[in-house]
Amino acid sequence: MYSEKVVDHYENPRNVGGFGKEEAGVGTGLVGAPACGDVMKLQIKVGADGRIEDARFKTFGCGSAIASSSLATEWVKGKTLDEAETIKNTEIAQFLSLPPVKIHCSVLAEDAIKAAIKDYREKTGSADKAAE
Amino acid sequence: MTIANQNQKPTAAQTIPGANVPKLPIYLDYQATTPCDPRVVEVMLPYFTEKFGNPHSRNHQYGWDAEAGVEKARAQIASLIKADEKEIIFTSGATESNNLAIKGVAHFYKEKKNHIITTVTEHKCVLDSCRHLELEGFEVTYLPVQQNGLIDLDVLRKAITPKTAIVSIMAVNNEIGVIQPLAEIGKICRENHVFFHTDAAQAVGKIAIDVDAMNIDLLSISGHKIYGPKGIGALYVRRKPRVRLEALIHGGGQERGFRSGTLPTPLCVGLGEACAIAEREMGAEAVRLKKLSDRLYKGITDKLEEVYLNGDAEHRIPGNLNISFAHVEGEGLMMGIKDLCVSSGSACTSASLEPSYVLRALGVEVEMAHTSLRLGIGRFTTEQEVDYAVEHLVQAVLRLREMSPLWEMAQAGIDIKSIQWAEH
Repeated sequence: MYSEKVVDHYENPRNVGGFGKEEAGVGTGLVGAPACGDVMKLQIKVGADGRIEDARFKTFGCGSAIASSSLATEWVKGKTLDEAETIKNTEIAQFLSLPPVKIHCSVLAEDAIKAAIKDYREKTGSADKAAE
Repeated sequence: MTIANQNQKPTAAQTIPGANVPKLPIYLDYQATTPCDPRVVEVMLPYFTEKFGNPHSRNHQYGWDAEAGVEKARAQIASLIKADEKEIIFTSGATESNNLAIKGVAHFYKEKKNHIITTVTEHKCVLDSCRHLELEGFEVTYLPVQQNGLIDLDVLRKAITPKTAIVSIMAVNNEIGVIQPLAEIGKICRENHVFFHTDAAQAVGKIAIDVDAMNIDLLSISGHKIYGPKGIGALYVRRKPRVRLEALIHGGGQERGFRSGTLPTPLCVGLGEACAIAEREMGAEAVRLKKLSDRLYKGITDKLEEVYLNGDAEHRIPGNLNISFAHVEGEGLMMGIKDLCVSSGSACTSASLEPSYVLRALGVEVEMAHTSLRLGIGRFTTEQEVDYAVEHLVQAVLRLREMSPLWEMAQAGIDIKSIQWAEH
């Protein structure tokens, strides 16, 4: 019932964990709700060049939710904030071959990326805030 | 027939040579269904071939042989619940038995009485039968349960009115395994001249049932929950004082007119044998299962913190453990224990995203209900399987907690209820 890619990300999740509170250039997104059965925490670390140099996640949820967030951390790495913001849930769902009942997992992953970027921008008050 | 030589328990011998690993995957879902006991299959087989007659054919040997098989089975079923064989009606399963009991009584007595009492934790087939009767104009009271899953007898007493026709309360809950106080409920019903029906699909053959001592008027039985075949069940219908029913299925008037249709002789015989085995072995089996279930629960709770048992710890059958593993989502957990066949209290596996209504009725919070698994053990579960299950379950929970933002928050002392979650 799960695609090979979902199983791979579930069994070998990429970038599990978090960044230390003292680390600079970190934006955190926390989305979902325990009552709905899934919560994702996604963090990005933005380098001096404005690119996301690293990302981390922790997820409470089903295999598809874990895989969606794991994949999201892989995809945001190396991108600028503007580029990362263009990642669509449909791309995540398609890549992981999520069935219709699991589409919300990919939506949550997209939300997590956006929330982390928003948090980073609010914290740093960076120039591209104007772009919002 | 090779099956005749397989009196041995099926899983015990099937281990991988040279490794302390039981045959995988391990079946831990005995409340969903049970394997047919090989001894049951053995007595069924002749009724498919040489004794294939229609048990209702009164004019020849084939019919008589089949009838003898069916009537022996009826007596075996009756004996297990201390009833008379004339009080047993064969059905297609507990769903039909529950439908027949509730709708049958409601329809028959509708001129005088129009009220039904049941509980919120019943099986869907009872709840849905009641919903259907509500649409027809009947009134239904859905009793709440306490935090331990048991009903409050005073609440039941107060719910009964002169218009109450029937009280339907399950003997053992299919999700959490708790045993309702049947004798006390029966006494209250009898005192108030209300029929007492119990869905005993999960209880028969696991706990002692005496329909007279417990004042039970109607009782539903399922074949496949007690190591018998699927597609067969029974309904006990008391004769003294007499319970009358309006039939759901009309036709040739078989089963005293309560349930027309040719009886499936092999299935009837199988259910009878399953009951006979249960009657002989129930006591010893309960002791063995209690030991295994304690081993399973202790194995888990020794190695994991924040694990909660759902449902009363004392009033429960030993074959069921419903456990919440805080901060780990049930479906995600099931994926991590592919070799263990269990059931999840998180309904994310089904089309609806709502977690178990039974756990919710106990007051288990939605987030906690999402973390629940039902572990069901039974006749063919071995100690080796339990140990394997403990080891793998514990590993999976530990791994997923390391990946869980909720676990991280709990460790950091953050109350997850203090966070403004965006429910989606």
